[in-house]
Amino acid sequence: MIKDSNPMLPAQFCIQWVRKETHDTFTIELKSTNGTHEFPFSAGQFNMLYVFGVGEAPISISGDPSKPEVLKHTTRSVGTVTKAISKLKKGDVLGVRGPFGSYWPLEDSLGKDIVIVTGGIGLAPLRPALYQLISQREKYGRIVLLYGARMPEDLLYKKELEQWRGRFDVEVKVTVDSAKGNWRGNVGVVTTLIPRAQFDPLQTIAMICGPEVMIRFTIKELQNCGIKTENIFISMERNMKCGIGLCGHCQFGFCFVCKDGPVFRLDRIKAIFGKREI
Amino acid sequence: MTAPSLKIRETAILESTHFQKLLDGLIKRGYQVVGPTLGEDAIVYDELKSVTDLPIGYTDEQEGGKYRIKKQNDKAFFNHTVGPHSWKKFLFPSELRMWKAKRNGNTFRFLTDNEKIKKFAFIGVRSCDIHAIFIQDKVFTGGKFADPHYKLRREGIFILAVNCGKAGGTCFCASMNAGPKVSSGFDLALTEILKNDRHYFIVEIGTELGAGILHEIPYKIANDEEKYAADIVVKKTAEQICKSMDTANIKDLLYKNYEHPRWDDAAKRCLTCANCTMVCPTCFCTTVEDVTDLTGEHAERWRKWDSCFTMDFSYIHGGSIRSSAKSRYRQWMTHKLATWIDQFGTSGCVGCGRCITWCPVAIDITEEVSAIRESEQTTEKKTTEGLEEQRS
Amino acid sequence: MKTIEQYIAEHPFFKGIDPSYLKTIMGCSNEVRFDIGQFILREGEEANNFYVIHFGKVALEIFTPIRGPITIQTIGDGDVLGWSWLVPPFHWHYDARVLEPTCAIAMDGRCLRTKCEQNHDLGYELLKRFTHIITQRLEATRLQLLDVYGVHCESNDDKRL
Repeated sequence: MIKDSNPMLPAQFCIQWVRKETHDTFTIELKSTNGTHEFPFSAGQFNMLYVFGVGEAPISISGDPSKPEVLKHTTRSVGTVTKAISKLKKGDVLGVRGPFGSYWPLEDSLGKDIVIVTGGIGLAPLRPALYQLISQREKYGRIVLLYGARMPEDLLYKKELEQWRGRFDVEVKVTVDSAKGNWRGNVGVVTTLIPRAQFDPLQTIAMICGPEVMIRFTIKELQNCGIKTENIFISMERNMKCGIGLCGHCQFGFCFVCKDGPVFRLDRIKAIFGKREI
Repeated sequence: MTAPSLKIRETAILESTHFQKLLDGLIKRGYQVVGPTLGEDAIVYDELKSVTDLPIGYTDEQEGGKYRIKKQNDKAFFNHTVGPHSWKKFLFPSELRMWKAKRNGNTFRFLTDNEKIKKFAFIGVRSCDIHAIFIQDKVFTGGKFADPHYKLRREGIFILAVNCGKAGGTCFCASMNAGPKVSSGFDLALTEILKNDRHYFIVEIGTELGAGILHEIPYKIANDEEKYAADIVVKKTAEQICKSMDTANIKDLLYKNYEHPRWDDAAKRCLTCANCTMVCPTCFCTTVEDVTDLTGEHAERWRKWDSCFTMDFSYIHGGSIRSSAKSRYRQWMTHKLATWIDQFGTSGCVGCGRCITWCPVAIDITEEVSAIRESEQTTEKKTTEGLEEQRS
Repeated sequence: MKTIEQYIAEHPFFKGIDPSYLKTIMGCSNEVRFDIGQFILREGEEANNFYVIHFGKVALEIFTPIRGPITIQTIGDGDVLGWSWLVPPFHWHYDARVLEPTCAIAMDGRCLRTKCEQNHDLGYELLKRFTHIITQRLEATRLQLLDVYGVHCESNDDKRL
C-alpha cells in the first residue's frame, strides 16, 4: 500500500483571493484546507499546482517565506493549467505539491551586496527573496533591484515596488522595453540598468530571473562589470511533470531543473547554459 | 528431499524435468511468476503458469533493425536473448493510475488506489537486465524523493537469473561490464545445459531465499566437472559477442562533442520514433495525463511512459526546447552514456542491444560512439602530425 | 563642491584614462544644466557636442506624425549622450528631451575632433570608449527587438490538447 507520504499526491489548498496583476498575470493566495497546516518554503522554490481534471503546472512561490501560513503564487495565464487557475474564485480548491527545487543563496550571501535583475514575470520567484532581504536588512550590504518589463502596464507588484523604492536602503530601478508618451520612467531593456548601478564586483551576488534570452544578455553585462560566474545565480525554466526528478522532462545536460535547480550557480552550468537545444 | 542444505555461492544441479516444481514452488509462495513466452512473433515477458509457457525450442535472430524468432530442433528453455520487453514493464508499468479525485462542491478529495501487488518472480533474467534493474533502483529510489509505485513493486521480487547460452547479434554487454555472466543481484542463477540427451541446469545460489526454494525440490550438489561446464557456456557466449563500446572517458568525449557533425548524420537517419526508449530497460521518462469523466465529477491522473524523442517532451510555453531531431538523438545518447553518470553514478547503458535491434533504421549506438571517438582521434593525430612536420 | 576635472575623472566613461588625455579633454569641456522639458539636441541639427551625464534623465525620442514622440531609450546617471559628433556628416539622429533635471559635462566635439586628428593615440583611446558604448547600445537594441516578454506562440498549449 502506498502511504500518505506519496510525493505525487497533492495536498488541498483553498483560494483566499485572486488578484489581477496585469492583463495576463494574476496572484492567488492559498490556505491549507485543514486550516492549521503551515507551508514552509525557501525563496526561489516552486510548487506543482493542480486544477481538478485539467492538470498540473510548476509555478514558483511568490509569497513571504516568513509567513508560511499563507501561500502565494503569481503566474501568467498562458497554458491550459494557468488559464484554468485564473478562472478560479475564492473558496475553490487547488491541489498543491511542493515545495520543490533549489533556492536563492540568501543565507550564503550575508554581508554581501545583492543585485537582483529580473524581467517580466521573473520578478515573481524573486519577490520572496526581496521580502527576506528587506526583513533582515541589516545583514546585507547594498540591495539593488533592476526590473524590466515589456511596457509600463506589464509591471508586476506596482505598489510594492513603490514601497521598496520609498525606502532609503533599497535601490529600485525599473525600465520598460517600450512606452507611450505619458511614461516618465526609464525606457530600454533591463540590461541598460546594469552599468548604471555601479556595484563593486568583488562584493556582489547577482540573482537573475526572466526569459532565457534576457538572462543570457544580463550575464554578459554583469560579466562586463567584473562579476564572476560563481557569484551569479539564475533561475531556469523547463517542462516538468513530476517536480521530483523522476519523470525526466526537465533534463538539462547533467541536471534535472526540478531538483538540481531551478536556481543554479552559473559556474556549475557554464558548459551547457545557452547552448542550443540542450 | 534428503539433499544437504545449500549455502550462498554454492552450485546445484536441477534436472529440466523438475523445472515445473520450481515454478510451482514460487506460485505456492504467492509469487506472480513472469518470464519469457511466445507472443507477438517475439519472445516477450508474461505470466508463466507452466513450463510449457516458455518458448521451448525457440531462439531469436537479431541484428540492427531486425528481429526474428526461429524454431530449433531442441528442447531448450532459454536459448534466446533479450526481446522487445524488459522487466521494467512490471516494476514500472507503461500506464499507471496515480490517483483518483472526486469533486464535492467547489472542493474535491483525492482517493489513492489501495494497490496490492502480488510479489513478482522474474524467470530467466539476463545479466544485462539485472544491471538495468539496479540502475532503475537508483533512478526511482536513490534520490530525495522515491517513487512509491516502483518501490511497492520492486520490494521482495524474486530473481531467477539465466546465464546467456548464446549472444544476440546486437549484444555488447561485455564491454559495458554488464554480462554475459550473471554476477550478482539474483536469488538463483541458472546455466542451461543440453548434452547427450540430458537437459539440466546448473544452479548458483544467490540468496537464502533462493536456497530455501531450491531446497523444496529435487536437486543435487554440482560436481567440479558440472561447474566447469557452466563456465564454458558463459565463456563461449562471451566469445560470440561481436559488438562493443569503448567507454573510456566517454563522459568527457560526449561533453566536448555537443556540436559534432555526427549528430547531424544520425539525425538524417533517425525517425524520432521513440522505439529505442520504449525497449531500453533503463529509460524511465514519463508524462502524466489528467482525465475527467463526462459528469466532470471524477478526475484521474495517469502516468505513462514518455520519450525524449517526442516534440512535446521539452515543450514550455512558446515552443519546444529540443525541436530538432539532432538535439533529441543527442539528448538521448548523451544522457544514456554521459549525463547519467553525473546524475546516478553509473552509465545508463547495459549493452543489451535492444535499441539497435528495434531501431527501424538500425542506428547503432556503439557505431555512433566510435564515429565520434574516431573523428576525434583523427583530429588529434592530424594535430600531432602537423606539429611534428613543423618540428622537422 | 567637486571641480569639473573631478567629475570627469570619476565618470565611468573616463574611468582609468591617462591623466594627460584628461587634461586635453578638459580643455574642450564645460558644465551644463538642463531643466525638465528642455531639448538638449534635436534631430537633423549639427552634432557638435557630446554629454557626459553626471545625474538626471534624458529621453531619446523620434517624432512621428501620427504616433507623436516615441521614446527609444532613456539615458541617465553615468551615461554618455551622443556619438554623432564622431561620425560624418555630424548630424543628430534623435531628439534628446530632459525628463528630470540633468547635470552634465558638455564636450566640444569640434575641438575634440581636431585634437584627435592631431593625436591619434588620444583618438584611439576615445574611439575605444565610444565603441564600447555603441556596442552596448546595439546589444540592448537587439534584445529590445527580440521582445522577450511577449507571448510568441499564443495558445499553442491549447492546441496540444
